[in-house]
Amino acid sequence: MRQVSIIGVGQTPVAEHWNQTVQDLAAQAFTQATQVIAPDRIGALFVANAFGGALQLQSHIAPSIASTLGLSGIEAYTIEAGGASGGVALRQAYLAIASGAYDCVAVVGAEKLTDVSDEQLIAGMALTSDAEWEAIHGITLTAQWAMLMRRYMHEYGYTAADFAPFPVNAHANGVANAHALYRFPIKLEKVAGGAPVADPLGLLDCATMADGAAVLILANEGLVRELPNQSIHIAGSSVATDTLALHQRTDPLNLMAVTSSSKKALQQANLTQNDVDLLELTDPHGIAATLALESMGFAERGTGIQLAREGAITPQGSVPLATGGGYKARGDVGGASGVYQVVELVQQLRGEAGSAQVPQARIGLAQCLGGIGATVATHILIAE
Amino acid sequence: MNAAKHWRWRTARYRFEGQRHRENQTIRFPPEPNKPGEESDIWEPYMLSGRGTIYSFSVVRQPPTRYEERSPYLVALIRLDEGPLISAQLTDCDNEQVNIGMPVEMVTRQLCDVGREGLRIYAYKFRPLLIEKGTE
Repeated sequence: MRQVSIIGVGQTPVAEHWNQTVQDLAAQAFTQATQVIAPDRIGALFVANAFGGALQLQSHIAPSIASTLGLSGIEAYTIEAGGASGGVALRQAYLAIASGAYDCVAVVGAEKLTDVSDEQLIAGMALTSDAEWEAIHGITLTAQWAMLMRRYMHEYGYTAADFAPFPVNAHANGVANAHALYRFPIKLEKVAGGAPVADPLGLLDCATMADGAAVLILANEGLVRELPNQSIHIAGSSVATDTLALHQRTDPLNLMAVTSSSKKALQQANLTQNDVDLLELTDPHGIAATLALESMGFAERGTGIQLAREGAITPQGSVPLATGGGYKARGDVGGASGVYQVVELVQQLRGEAGSAQVPQARIGLAQCLGGIGATVATHILIAE
Repeated sequence: MNAAKHWRWRTARYRFEGQRHRENQTIRFPPEPNKPGEESDIWEPYMLSGRGTIYSFSVVRQPPTRYEERSPYLVALIRLDEGPLISAQLTDCDNEQVNIGMPVEMVTRQLCDVGREGLRIYAYKFRPLLIEKGTE
């Protein structure tokens, strides 16, 4: 396996881009990412897009993105793994370089979610759970996280207010991110009073879906040596799956694919979770971050929430989370979220993260979930 | 919702029929195809009692398309007496009435509004258990 590095990144603001198409957004992010290298060096394109078919009524989007980017004719395809699409596209791109098939490839995460009504968007997202046995009952992804949250509160004696430090941290960090959807702080005591969305989840502990595109350019060692800029090494890469339906799992509070994909990625990098300086997780709600932290071994079962309470998840803490605002403040960009996560880590590892910079950040872990962790992609990045 | 797609699951959705393993008596719902290497008749159809307890629940206040008219509505994960965990709506009760561990029983109800295909989707929902076990 050859060594793989990220040599360029780009991203559009996460927003309601009512005047831009998915191709416009992809082109904007791609132009930024290719400042380091001539686009004709790119051999293949991996497009993460989860909702184009359901919401934009356009599936099979990769050829059109390729032509928009001036890459017409190259190997290009769409990766759909629900909310994990971005991480899975990165995995495919990583394998394409590691195998020696290509010297340089691009990952484009691009999603347009705000053209449709809220009801259509919620229905589209629910299809990343089990359509026949969950979504048909009117059960949404948010309601599934809410049920896990209530069960967690029941088993370990917490209240909804105990999850508040997660969105508070996300919003505090979002202020520093020029590309975040929400750039204002929120007060801890306001979180529990947010209008209920899916009880016990309230508005201030629920991410907002929005449009955006993010791009990564990956290259092998030979090409990296030609470039003056610092590149970020992909030291671990893994995708794992769990049952599509939450109810098919022996223990719904244990996200097994989170455990297995993070374990494999860390093993590949010869690291343990203690070596990780910062994390990007699928954290649309505090409960999602809590369960991921526990399933990865950053905390014992039933204690992940303490990390937030103690301030460990802030940029100055021991397990900084959501330094770019996370899903809550940066915004949930569907299949593109996993690519945004890696853009954030690259900026952190290069020391370019401004007031949300994690001091001496060298090793980052990015993890994105499709459905409630039915697909999980984990990547370990190291500053060279 | 496509008619054939719904029709295929009629025994599970209307009769609440799962499967039982002939040897180890494991019960599962919904029915699944055999795994490689399993004897073709090792899983037999098995009618579930329709009784269980609430594992967790939520109230959907931001509904998907076709569920708007019913919002807000209660959804739950239910641990069936026979073992499987399933997802369904709760009915015939208020939000305040529901708690984890509450006994419930299956009823057949309409799930969502009629879509463009004109198909009326019925399936199982759960309500608070009306008759305690053994008193029938």
